[in-house]
Amino acid sequence: MENQFIMSSSPHLRHKDTTSRIMLDVTIALLPAAAAGIWFFGIRALLVVAVTVTACVLSEYAARRIMKREQTIKDYSAVVTGVLLALNLPPTIPLWIAAAGSIIAIVIIKQLFGGIGQNFMNPALGTRVILTISWPVQMTDWVNPGVDSVSSATPLAYLSGEAVGQAPSYMDMFIGNIGGCIGETSALALLVGAAYLLFRRVITLHIPLSFVGALALFAWIFGGDKPFTGDFVFHILAGGLVLGAFFMATDYSSSPITPKGRIIMGIGCGFLSAVIRIYTNYPGGVSFAIILMNIAVPLIDRYTIPRSFGGEKNAA
Amino acid sequence: MLKGKKFKGGAPVPHYKHTSDKETVKMDVPDRVVIPMLQHIGAPCLPAVKKGDSVKVGQVVGTSEKFVSAPIHSSVSGIVKNVSPMLYPGGFFVPTVEIEADGEQSVHESVKPPQFKGKAEFLEALKGSGLVGLGGAGFPSHIKLSPPPGKNIDILIINGAECEPFITSDYREVMENSWNIISGINIIMELLEIDKVLIGIEDNKPGALKELENVAATSDKINVVSLKSLYPQGAEKMLIYALTGRKVPPGKLPLDIGVIVMNVNSISFIAEFVKTGMPLIKKRVTVDGSAVRNPSNAEVLIGTTLGEVFEFCGGFSRPVRKVLMGGPMMGISQYSMETSVVKHTNALLAFDEKDAVLAEEGACIRCGRCVAACPMNLLPLDLSRIVENECFEELTRYNVNDCIECGCCSYSCPSKRYLVQSIRLGKEKVRAMKS
Repeated sequence: MENQFIMSSSPHLRHKDTTSRIMLDVTIALLPAAAAGIWFFGIRALLVVAVTVTACVLSEYAARRIMKREQTIKDYSAVVTGVLLALNLPPTIPLWIAAAGSIIAIVIIKQLFGGIGQNFMNPALGTRVILTISWPVQMTDWVNPGVDSVSSATPLAYLSGEAVGQAPSYMDMFIGNIGGCIGETSALALLVGAAYLLFRRVITLHIPLSFVGALALFAWIFGGDKPFTGDFVFHILAGGLVLGAFFMATDYSSSPITPKGRIIMGIGCGFLSAVIRIYTNYPGGVSFAIILMNIAVPLIDRYTIPRSFGGEKNAA
Repeated sequence: MLKGKKFKGGAPVPHYKHTSDKETVKMDVPDRVVIPMLQHIGAPCLPAVKKGDSVKVGQVVGTSEKFVSAPIHSSVSGIVKNVSPMLYPGGFFVPTVEIEADGEQSVHESVKPPQFKGKAEFLEALKGSGLVGLGGAGFPSHIKLSPPPGKNIDILIINGAECEPFITSDYREVMENSWNIISGINIIMELLEIDKVLIGIEDNKPGALKELENVAATSDKINVVSLKSLYPQGAEKMLIYALTGRKVPPGKLPLDIGVIVMNVNSISFIAEFVKTGMPLIKKRVTVDGSAVRNPSNAEVLIGTTLGEVFEFCGGFSRPVRKVLMGGPMMGISQYSMETSVVKHTNALLAFDEKDAVLAEEGACIRCGRCVAACPMNLLPLDLSRIVENECFEELTRYNVNDCIECGCCSYSCPSKRYLVQSIRLGKEKVRAMKS
């Protein structure tokens, strides 16, 4: 009789949400953006998504197997990385680069640092930067949406003076009818997914709002010919900002855990994105900005230990 | 009706108040009671009886000379069978008085309505009643009601939040003995010269709110406050904040910010004790859980063994895999059905296999849900990581001692990590390092 009781320390009750449910939610939230990418860029985009997701899951499986750790492919986090990576690639990317990128993301950036929860930067984003530096031509081979897929420029290219002529309209930029990576062009689709994440309480608004807000503010002040004349709407809709702010900078492992820390991270990302976009000739500032802030996260966390309820602040 | 403030964090745990409408049923006198000499926070009592002594209901069987302690009384009349260390609900051995009941329930001559003039005499009488905080913590009430000179108490808070799932022991007290609660309040108000009383009840108990509104209408000093049903609303610090906006600083007591908090059952007991002089020898215990055949509220004599209480509630409908004393958020799992109901037992829960199995722990994904859920504004993920890495000296920088062990972090964790459990270990290590 006696020894059949399970002994454990309280609490004896757990919420039903699990890690895999959260990762599944993120995957679901990325579907509208992926669908928009496939709609605008065609079957080729779907192929890229299929390659990265498959390669990410296989890499995760192999890495865990070789390292003799418990298998983690069932938590869906590799699927999330796969979809995110595809959304960060141009639709014309050679498939072998997409596959190589998946291996870099999962093996080097995620598993070598300890797997889920331990990566110090966002695997998909880190990979995007590595690929951009390694294969700059293929990574910036933009096409316009549509069947004829003529070579094109992204809206940001107009900003850096790379492209000349008529920049796309706000409406085209909002719905995603522009050149760019598979998943970053349609702000609308991304926002639908983001709304789902907020509804499911997977993310909070701290990082996205402070990120977008800070970028808009700096772009408005410094982005024009004269101070306070910058086209901040263009800055918000262009490039990977919406994808970055809602889906990349909010990556759990590589973002701070307190509301205060998250706001600091968001402002830092917004500021750095604006600086890179406005003052360098490299247009895609969002990726670098997020990665730079990823590295600062342990420091931010260290200096934002909250004071306990009713208590005084502890010296850091 | 007044509305309480919302405290930060917390976890929306399910309520499972299946026994709300179960009126208290008095359990028969058991053949034998097992009375441990520790039924409160503070120094354990020394047995005041020995093997072979005959005892009566209300007779002192354990006392202590120490300041923070409360005497323990026999709940039956009968013969002391044994005085020896026995397994205590906390999981360790405590000197225990075992009494074989004669079924007569003859009352000891010391039991008579207390005569007192003024606060000091009342508190002396209350000490003799053995009352401790009946909400679950078990802090001796006569000490709680003796603020040191210089501490001005202006608010008395009555805790009827009952935020733990399953438990309806406080709720039943309100529904069955609301006038006792009011007269208990009046006694304390008069003696401690307090003229503001706030009764806090979670809004998932509209019946209790209405009942108390009605009886409190007789006094303009007593206010009933509806609180958001959010665990741990009944935790002292959260409750005080919700009702008054005051925050208890770390390491301080409610006394330091002018507040005394008492559970509804405790305040009601005071009224009953002043009327009859009967010390604390019985408890209302909510008996529930997936393995229990007839979930009920049972009035149980202190010292009744768990097995007998469950038997009284129809026994088990399914094989039992886990037994808890207290609620599922902070209750203590029991090793044996031979431990007994003590003063601060408010629930006994028995669960089947499905509800008892432990969740498998995954890696921390840093989602921050534990941080958002922590009502004390701590960083449970960092605290537990520090404990796992055995860097115990780091813990105080992360305010480990402010943890109230409510369990919101572990409850909320999607990776099912044992957060509060490792924080508990960390607190223990910090204590050990200090001494």
